[in-house]
Amino acid sequence: MSDEEKKESDKVDQSRRNFIKNSGLTIGGLVLGGVAGGLIGSNSATTKSQTTTKPVKSHETKEFTEAMQFFSRKEDFDTLAAATECIFPEDENGPGAIALRAPYYIDKQLASPWGRNVNDYRKRPFKDGQTPLNRGEIFLQGIRKLDEEGEKKFQKSFRELEEAEQIEILQDFESGKVKLEYVTSAEFFAMLRQSTLEGVYCDPLYGGNKNMDGWKMKEYPGAQMSYANVIESKEFVKIEPMSLSDHF
Amino acid sequence: MAKKMHKVNVVTVGVGWTGGIVAAELTKAGFTVVGLERGPEKTRKDYMHTHDEIKYDLRGEIEHNLTKDTFTVRNTLKEDAVPIRDKSNSRIGTGNGGGGSHWGAQTHRYYPYDFEIKTKTIEKYGKNKIPKNMTIQDWGITYDELEPYYDKFEKMAGISGEPDPNYPDRSNPYPNPPLKKAEGMRMFHEVTKKLGYKPFTIPAGTVSQKYTNPDGETLNACQYCAFCGYNACEYGAKADPVVTVIPTAQKTGKFEIRNHAEVRRVLYKGKKATGVIYKDTRTGEEFEQPADLVVLTSYVFSNVRLLLLSEIGKVYDPVSGKGVIGKNFTDHHLVSGVRGYFKNKKFNNYAATGAFGEAITDFTGDLFDHTDLDFIHGGQIELRITGDTPISSNFVPSGTPSWGKEFKKQSLYYFNRNLMLFSQKAVMPFKEHYLDLDPTYKDDWGDPLLRITWDYSDNDKRIHEFINGKCKEIMTEMGADIVDENPMPGHYTGYLAFQHNGGGAIMGANPEISAVNNYLQMWEMDNLFVCGASAFPHFGVTNPTTTVGALTYRATEGMIKYLKDGGGQLVQVEKEAQLI
Repeated sequence: MSDEEKKESDKVDQSRRNFIKNSGLTIGGLVLGGVAGGLIGSNSATTKSQTTTKPVKSHETKEFTEAMQFFSRKEDFDTLAAATECIFPEDENGPGAIALRAPYYIDKQLASPWGRNVNDYRKRPFKDGQTPLNRGEIFLQGIRKLDEEGEKKFQKSFRELEEAEQIEILQDFESGKVKLEYVTSAEFFAMLRQSTLEGVYCDPLYGGNKNMDGWKMKEYPGAQMSYANVIESKEFVKIEPMSLSDHF
Repeated sequence: MAKKMHKVNVVTVGVGWTGGIVAAELTKAGFTVVGLERGPEKTRKDYMHTHDEIKYDLRGEIEHNLTKDTFTVRNTLKEDAVPIRDKSNSRIGTGNGGGGSHWGAQTHRYYPYDFEIKTKTIEKYGKNKIPKNMTIQDWGITYDELEPYYDKFEKMAGISGEPDPNYPDRSNPYPNPPLKKAEGMRMFHEVTKKLGYKPFTIPAGTVSQKYTNPDGETLNACQYCAFCGYNACEYGAKADPVVTVIPTAQKTGKFEIRNHAEVRRVLYKGKKATGVIYKDTRTGEEFEQPADLVVLTSYVFSNVRLLLLSEIGKVYDPVSGKGVIGKNFTDHHLVSGVRGYFKNKKFNNYAATGAFGEAITDFTGDLFDHTDLDFIHGGQIELRITGDTPISSNFVPSGTPSWGKEFKKQSLYYFNRNLMLFSQKAVMPFKEHYLDLDPTYKDDWGDPLLRITWDYSDNDKRIHEFINGKCKEIMTEMGADIVDENPMPGHYTGYLAFQHNGGGAIMGANPEISAVNNYLQMWEMDNLFVCGASAFPHFGVTNPTTTVGALTYRATEGMIKYLKDGGGQLVQVEKEAQLI
């Protein structure tokens, strides 16, 4: 390491230490950002899985795009994060929704025109079960209902429950058993599931699929420009993924 | 008061495939054309960073926003319709190129049987073969009459393919050789051949080699990058109006495109169209564009809606079966077929083009005996490789949970270990399936939306079941360890996975039963032409664009004749009406 690099590294290390001090979080050498904060000590499966994630390099510690654009309450974000991890959990194949940053992806999408249904037909009347709510409103309502159900069934907010309890609540949502206003819990769950998969497998440009690890797990090569040399191959050809930033 | 523009020879409503073909042919013949396009300008420069599943596949970047208008759907005459609200449930192209920019470019021809379906069915099986409310009719044209125009479309678009052994009537080979074969296609080819069928590589407008078309436009060789069906091609390797007919028209100096121009009415005096009224979608300012010929070149929905809003032609009545505008609407989005899971074989599912695959047509048209079958027509079976994208492709064997640990494990394992057999099927029209104006929902200008009344028929369900059986047999023979069938949905929801609708302004041999003649000229208004799948009396087995393109090329000959000869009907009404 050159002197200059060393100086840079020290500087980053210093800010990293400050960050850890400020957030008070570190497990197994990994700095945990806001998402995991709400999960520690309450969700053993998730916490354990966090420790298996590769430590981030010091110069990557500060992720300026990882904050809330849409949500105003950190509790909502943390409950969302816990729900996404149930849908796509960390396992022996690789990272789960939280490590892949799916919750940040969803936050950003809900703040986008899509979250406000800007490109959709929104004229009244809404009938035959069509919802008058926009996607952001549906997510907020659904997430808070997850917490309410947690309190009702297990006397804890959703994000503080054991994974098995969280799964039980999500199954109630999926089957439409939980009552929401102007939308069904099944519709909310379908959006939550789809958005989680989007956050896991989107181009990293959107804030999810951290480090293209979602694609790597799936052996999906991403935004390649040509497969002319692969197309006739009898055997499977594994290609290291490429993202849109490589086209830029 | 609308601002009046300078009169031109031809005005087109929309600048996609049909508008582009009309513009190219009419300007080459020396006429002036204005294309009014409600969407934005688009060129190949806009196609350079499109390898993005979120933006294109899921959010439909190059498709029409529903903010200002949509369409409504109901299943039966008794119900109230509700609007399709979510943009991702609608897939209608917009901007220059229209649906021709995001199409998958699968380019089969329709069969001789299709054009004479009623006559041929009755000839062979008798009148009783056709169910009471099934409103099939002959198209008022034969395959042989249309063949030269299929050839013309294929040469313009550089179609790459090999002849379908079942339908050999071609005047020329395809202009380009077929696309390459992936492993799954080779497996399908071998197995179907062994079973006695006649496989061939699907013809496509993603060209297999660099090609210059008769208009001098060059298409580049396809790179199999897989960002195709929802995307526009950065290589200029996919036939798209933006790289073919639009520049051909522009080179003449006689074609002007006006973007953000939404046509609201066709204007007419008596039986003659005088032009159109359109609005600038940004300002709301209104313009009148006078023209000698008015040509509707939008998607089926907008073509039919504009006729209804302009009060041109006799409105169809689903109770009496009389009238023509709105008649014989069909939806072609029901996907039959199976998915096979292979425990020990991996495929390069990420690599593909829009219409990449191998097919058999042995169960289409009347190639197989229908005497003991309770449906007519049939479906094509395709081994299709669509370029699986990671968000949309999470296929797991049935019985697997759709989220959680087991889902993650299985969806990762089978991502590259599955193959799909896909079937497109013919869709027959019915008396109570039609288009009209919705009584409740309106667009931003206050005009009623188009309303669809449609549902799956017994004919659809029976073909689905029959074809799924064949697909299962083939996939099992191909060695799949698990074979799962696509289920038949309960009811039609209006969801468009692509742009496959037909009817509403259908062609035919006489004005009692059709809106346009075989030049797509309105029977009721000599200088109004309606180009598109709106002219299909029923939906053939495969993708509509090739037949739409052929019919439109033929229509342009009629338009040129009309302008040169000073007007009149191009087709004499058949005295003997086909109301058998």
